[in-house]
Amino acid sequence: MTTLQSSESADLLENAEMGASLWRDAWQRLRKNKMAVGGGITLLLFIVIALLTPWLAPYSYEAQNLDLGASPPSAAHWLGTDVFGRDVLTQVMYGGRVSLAVGFIATAVALLIGVTWGAIAGYVGGRVDAVMMRIVDILYALPFMIFIVLLMVVFGRNVLLLFLAIGAVEWLTMARIMRSQVQSLRQQEFVEAAISLGLSPAAIIRRHVIPNALGPIIVYTTLTIPSVMLLEAFLSFLGLGIQPPQTSWGLLISYGAETMEEYPWLLIFPGLALTTTLFSLNFLGDGLRDALDVRGSKD
Amino acid sequence: MLRFIISRLLQAIPVIFIVITATFFLVRAAPGGPFDAEKVVLPEVKRALEAQYKLDLPLYEQYFAYLTDLAQGELGPSFKYPGRSVNEILFSGLPVTAELGFYALLIALIIGVTAGVLASLKPNTRQDYIPMSLAMIGICMPSFLLGPLLVLVFGIYLEWLPISGWGSIPGDKILPSITLGAAYAAYVARLSRAGMLEILSQDYIRTARAKGLPEWQVVSKHALRGGLIPVIAFLGPAFAGLLAGSFVVETIFQIPGLGRFYVQAAFNRDYTMILGTTVFLSTLIVLFNLISDVAAAWLNPRLRSQLSGGGK
Repeated sequence: MTTLQSSESADLLENAEMGASLWRDAWQRLRKNKMAVGGGITLLLFIVIALLTPWLAPYSYEAQNLDLGASPPSAAHWLGTDVFGRDVLTQVMYGGRVSLAVGFIATAVALLIGVTWGAIAGYVGGRVDAVMMRIVDILYALPFMIFIVLLMVVFGRNVLLLFLAIGAVEWLTMARIMRSQVQSLRQQEFVEAAISLGLSPAAIIRRHVIPNALGPIIVYTTLTIPSVMLLEAFLSFLGLGIQPPQTSWGLLISYGAETMEEYPWLLIFPGLALTTTLFSLNFLGDGLRDALDVRGSKD
Repeated sequence: MLRFIISRLLQAIPVIFIVITATFFLVRAAPGGPFDAEKVVLPEVKRALEAQYKLDLPLYEQYFAYLTDLAQGELGPSFKYPGRSVNEILFSGLPVTAELGFYALLIALIIGVTAGVLASLKPNTRQDYIPMSLAMIGICMPSFLLGPLLVLVFGIYLEWLPISGWGSIPGDKILPSITLGAAYAAYVARLSRAGMLEILSQDYIRTARAKGLPEWQVVSKHALRGGLIPVIAFLGPAFAGLLAGSFVVETIFQIPGLGRFYVQAAFNRDYTMILGTTVFLSTLIVLFNLISDVAAAWLNPRLRSQLSGGGK
């Protein structure tokens, strides 16, 4: 008994050490990737700005100045004003709050459903796995873009539904990645050891499987956020996503596109904000993939 | 191979059936009847209208009536445009969207494959970085931003190209096709680069080089076929994306295609039109996924022998 325990603890120690150095290695590699670091810093900056918008924004969200109307960038309004004389910088900041929130929350929904689903399917295996993954296959083949448009039409355009609908689309790939990770981990000796020691499946998944499957999940999560944000902007552009009085980058771009001939800055600045964010997230995701050495995260 | 096609076809049927059923009940569950918006409709008139559109029947009977019509290829009348059937509207928009999608795909394949292959031949040099950075821009620049920007630059400032329409002024097809195709060119470039890099490190490529074949022959005869399999497999999902993209591009450029009709139907709450278009587009997408899967399997010698070998 004592020998078993000591070898088990030695095993654990070794695993812990390997884990730590794996993450340290990954961090070292990531730090050398200038694009990824730049993306990460930009993203962090945007998140901080979004969180502090009510205090940082130069004007209040509702403030109008109809006498001023649309004016190009100036000292008083760094990014100009729109046709109602509203400050574009303020609009872009508040729009960013919504766009980023949709990106992060919908991705979190996808992460939660996908990881749970994939972990159960991969861990239990057998017929349960076959049925669960069959459901994923069928859902995968559905044309979801069209379905989201349909949902927004049928149930009205509300933000909560938007989160759910987008999250419900994106969890499928997450489930597939998680399942394949769990399946390969399940055969590892340290998991078998944990099973023979009588750890409950939930504890094994929490303590052994999830930490080891974290790499691909992190990479895929980082790459899911931009595609979610793109989806939100796409729907908002068509008028089926975020509705006034709320705003988002997609909605601002759609307004900007209507009046771009006279007031191009109304299109360019929200567009720049969205593109920069998507760039940052994609570079960070690519950098993380290389750093964590995750291969073929798409499937 | 045949068995593979049949099994994929059998998988596609329940998917299409789920789409039809889910769409039907979703649309019926929508709050507000289609004629509620009409200013003042006499109760008798409303009843007559509902009878005409079979809305007075119980739900399951409506469903079976719809399935029966659908089996005969009949998508029903439009709620919004009396006297026009959904079939008519779809088939007037289909050729336009098909042409737009075809040009966009052509642009995506020509530019994407060229850029991807060039990048893969000299990885980690300028010949790799420049096209791949452009591809990243293409991926991060959504069509609803790229379109207006192209219009602004080439249509309004430079006045080189028309800014809207389809087939009425020469050159008016150029900007929409580029707008729709750009993102896919970027994806294709990344996929073909990755695919080619993998193939170029294989033994049979070394053999071909050792035989003394000139490099362009090694690439065109031996590497391309394998290296482009990921691109072929991507075409199925890309088709779905192109259709969704056509919603935006046809709206921006005011093109009378399927995508614009769909968005208009969504705004008008033209339920039969939404139902019909969703069923139609979904079926198309499922079929395209099937075709691209079969093509990718057929191009991959290892997979093909596995499939036709009959081994289970």
